[in-house]
Amino acid sequence: MNFDDSAEEAAYRAEVRTWIAANAPDLSHLTAEERRNWHPRHKEVARAWQATKADAGYACISWPKERGGAGGTAIEEAIFNQEEARAGVQFTYFMTGLHMLLPALMEHSSDPASLAQVAPAVRGDTIWCQLFSEPSSGSDSAGVRCAAVREEVDGVPGWRINGQKVWNSGAQAADFGMVVARTNPDAPKHKGLTVFWTDMKAPGLEVRPIRMMSGDNELNEVFLTDVFIPDNQRVGEVDGGWKVVISTLMNERAALGSGTGLNWRDVIKLAGETPSFDGMALDDPAFREWLADYYVQSEAIRLTSFRTLTSLSKGHAPGPESSAGKLLWSSTTQDMTSVVLNVLDHFGMVDDPEIAAASGAFQHRFMWSPGLRLGGGTDEIMKNIIAERVLGLPGDIRVDKNVPFRDIPHGR
Amino acid sequence: MNFDYTEDQKSLKDEARRYLNAVSPITVVRAVLEADGDGCDSGLWKQIGEQGWCAAAIPESYGGLEMGYVELCALAEELGRALAPVPFASTVYCFAEALLAVGTDAQKEELLPQVCSGDLIGTLAVSEGAGVLTPERIATRFADGRISGAKVPVVDGLVAGKAVVLAAADTGPGLFLVDLGGEGITREKVSTIDPTRGEARIVFDDAPAQPLGDGVDGIAALSGIEDRAAVLMAFEQLGGADRCLEMARDYALERYAFGRQIGSYQAIKHKLADVFVKNEVARANAYYGAWALSTDAPELPLAAAAARVAACEAYWHAAKENIQTHGGIGFTWEADCHFFYRRARHLGLVIGSPRDWKRRLATRLEARVAAEVD
Repeated sequence: MNFDDSAEEAAYRAEVRTWIAANAPDLSHLTAEERRNWHPRHKEVARAWQATKADAGYACISWPKERGGAGGTAIEEAIFNQEEARAGVQFTYFMTGLHMLLPALMEHSSDPASLAQVAPAVRGDTIWCQLFSEPSSGSDSAGVRCAAVREEVDGVPGWRINGQKVWNSGAQAADFGMVVARTNPDAPKHKGLTVFWTDMKAPGLEVRPIRMMSGDNELNEVFLTDVFIPDNQRVGEVDGGWKVVISTLMNERAALGSGTGLNWRDVIKLAGETPSFDGMALDDPAFREWLADYYVQSEAIRLTSFRTLTSLSKGHAPGPESSAGKLLWSSTTQDMTSVVLNVLDHFGMVDDPEIAAASGAFQHRFMWSPGLRLGGGTDEIMKNIIAERVLGLPGDIRVDKNVPFRDIPHGR
Repeated sequence: MNFDYTEDQKSLKDEARRYLNAVSPITVVRAVLEADGDGCDSGLWKQIGEQGWCAAAIPESYGGLEMGYVELCALAEELGRALAPVPFASTVYCFAEALLAVGTDAQKEELLPQVCSGDLIGTLAVSEGAGVLTPERIATRFADGRISGAKVPVVDGLVAGKAVVLAAADTGPGLFLVDLGGEGITREKVSTIDPTRGEARIVFDDAPAQPLGDGVDGIAALSGIEDRAAVLMAFEQLGGADRCLEMARDYALERYAFGRQIGSYQAIKHKLADVFVKNEVARANAYYGAWALSTDAPELPLAAAAARVAACEAYWHAAKENIQTHGGIGFTWEADCHFFYRRARHLGLVIGSPRDWKRRLATRLEARVAAEVD
C-alpha cells in the first residue's frame, strides 16, 4: 500500500500542476447562472480550455499523436485528470465523445474519413453525442427499433435510417452522433444491430429538447426520418453493433464512477454556517453521525479511483469496481442533498441563487440527482452487472433470447 | 502508486488461507461454541504462535519479525475469514500495540518477546458496564501500586496472562499493567452473543499493578492504541464480510425455488450486489487505514475511524443478509451462518460501537478541515 507517485510520475504531476496553474481558465468573472453546465458562456470557456490542452499535449494524453492525442501513457492521463479536477477545471461537454464514443470508433473503424473526425473532437472543435436509447429501449439497450435499410444514393452505398432516439445528452449542441440501428429484425435482438456515426445536421434529423425535472435542458429526443448515412460511416461489422455498444457503455461507467460535484467539504462548510438547536448544524450529534457515514462512502469512491490507478500503472484494464463506484456515487449524492435541505430547515426549499445557501447549488443538485441514478445505467442495471459479472450469479430467465427480434412481445 | 497488496503480501495471504483452511476449518469454531468453555482453541493458538504470526509487526529488537503492518493486516483478513477462535486480536492488536505505543523499554523488553512466541496472551480491560465510559465515570482505581475495581466484559479475560487496564489515579486516568495470574484477581466467565470469543468479568481487589509507560495520559494513549487496533480489526471484519458474501452467493447458486436458482431472482441478486458494494466501501477504507498505520501517517486517526465505521457496517450487513439469503436453514444452529452474525457484532462492539467511532470520525474530520483553513 502506498500512494506515492514513482519518481517519473511525481515529476509529471509537478509539471502538469504548474502548467494547469499557469493556463487554467478563470471562471470568476461568470455569474452563478453562467457557471452552470450548457450555459453558452460556460461552454465557451470549456471549449477554449480543451483547445489549450490539445495544443500543449494534455488532451487525450494516452491517444496516438495522429489522432490528436499526445502518445502518452494511461497513468499520465489519469494524473492529469486528477490535477485538472483538483484545480476545478474539469468540464463534461467532451466526455461523451472522448471517453465513450471515439475510443469505440478508433477500435472498430478503419475508414480514413471517419478516423479524421477524431482529432478535431480532441481539440473541442466538435462535440459528439450518443444516440442509443429509445422510447421502448432504455435499460434493455439491445431492444433498438430504429431501422437501417441498405440503399445507394448517387452511387454512394449507404443506409436509410428511420426511428426515434431519446435521453440524448448534449444532442442540442452536438456536431456528430453515434447511432445504433436495427439492420436485421429477423435475427435475435443482439445479433441484428449495427452502429453508425452521423452528422447531426443531416437532412431528416431533428433534435427536440426535453425539459428535465430540474428545469435544465441537457437531454433531447432525436427523430430520424429517412436520414441517409454512407456505409463508410458504419462503425464495426454489419449486425455486429452490440460489440461496439458494449465497449462504449463500459467506458461510460468508468467515467461516471469517479465521482465529481459537491462533496463532504462543501457539506461541512454549509453545516458550520447554519444555525441549529445548540450552536451550528455541524454540532448536532445526529448530523455528525450521518456525516461520518457520508464521509466513509465518499472516501470509498475517492480511494476506489486509486485502485483503478493501480491497475493502470500495472498496465491492466480497470476492473468491475467502476459499477460499484457509479452506484455508490449516485445514491450518496441524492441522499446528501436531501440531508442538506433538512439542515437548512424551512430555508432548504429556497433555490434562488441570489439568496439561497451556497447559491442554490444543493437544491440544484437535489433536482438533478434522480437523473444520476438513471443515466449511464440505472441502479438496477448496475446491480445486475455486479451480481452477474462479479459474483457470477445467473442471468435472469429471458423470454427474448434466440427469438427473432420481430417476434419479441412489446408494449405500446 | 500501489493501492493493493504487493505480490509478496499476496502470497503471504494465500499461504495463511491455506494454513487456516487446514488447521482452523469451521468445525473448529463450532467445537469451541459447543464446548461452552473459555472461548479459545488452545491447540490452534499454540500453532499460530509457532507460525510466528504474533511477531509479524513487532520490531526485531523485541524478538519480532518486523515484517510490517500491511503483512499483519493480510494475516488479520485471513484470521477473520476463518473466524479463528484464538486471542489474536486482544494479544496482538490491543496488548502488544499498547506496549509498543506507550510502554517503557523495560516493559517492552520483558513482555514483547513472550507475545512474539505466543507464550503470553494479553488483553485490554476498559469497559465497566452498560454505556459509554467517559473519563469521569471510571470507577476502577489505582493507587500505591495496587488496583481495585471490576472490568466487564474483558475479551479473552479467562485465558489472558496480562492485561492493560484503564483506571483512575490521583494524576488522572491512566493505563496499568496487571498480572492476571497474581494475587487479588477473581475472574469469571461472562456469557455473550459470541461464545467463540471468550469474555470475562475481572474483579481487582488491591491487585498489584504498574503504570504502563511513564507519565502517560491514559485517555489519549488509549485512543491512539484503539486507532491502531481499529485498522487491524477492520481487516478481520473485512475477511468475515467477504466470506459471508461468498456463502450467500454459493447458496444462491445451489438452492432452487419455483423451478430456478434463487440467485437468478433480482431480489437476491440486488441484495447481494448491495453487500458487495458495502464490502468494497470497507475494503477501500481498510486499505487506506493500512497505509496510514504502516507509514505512521498523520492521517491515521481519521483513516482508522473511517476503516472501523465502514468495516462494522459491512460485516453486520453481510452477516444478516447471508442468513436471509439462506432462508430458514440459515436460522438453524446447524448452519454456520450464525457464527458470522455473532462475530460481526462482537467485533463491532469490542473497541467501541460504530456510534462511538462515528463521533470520533466527525471530530477528526472537523479538525482536519480547520487545519486546512489555517
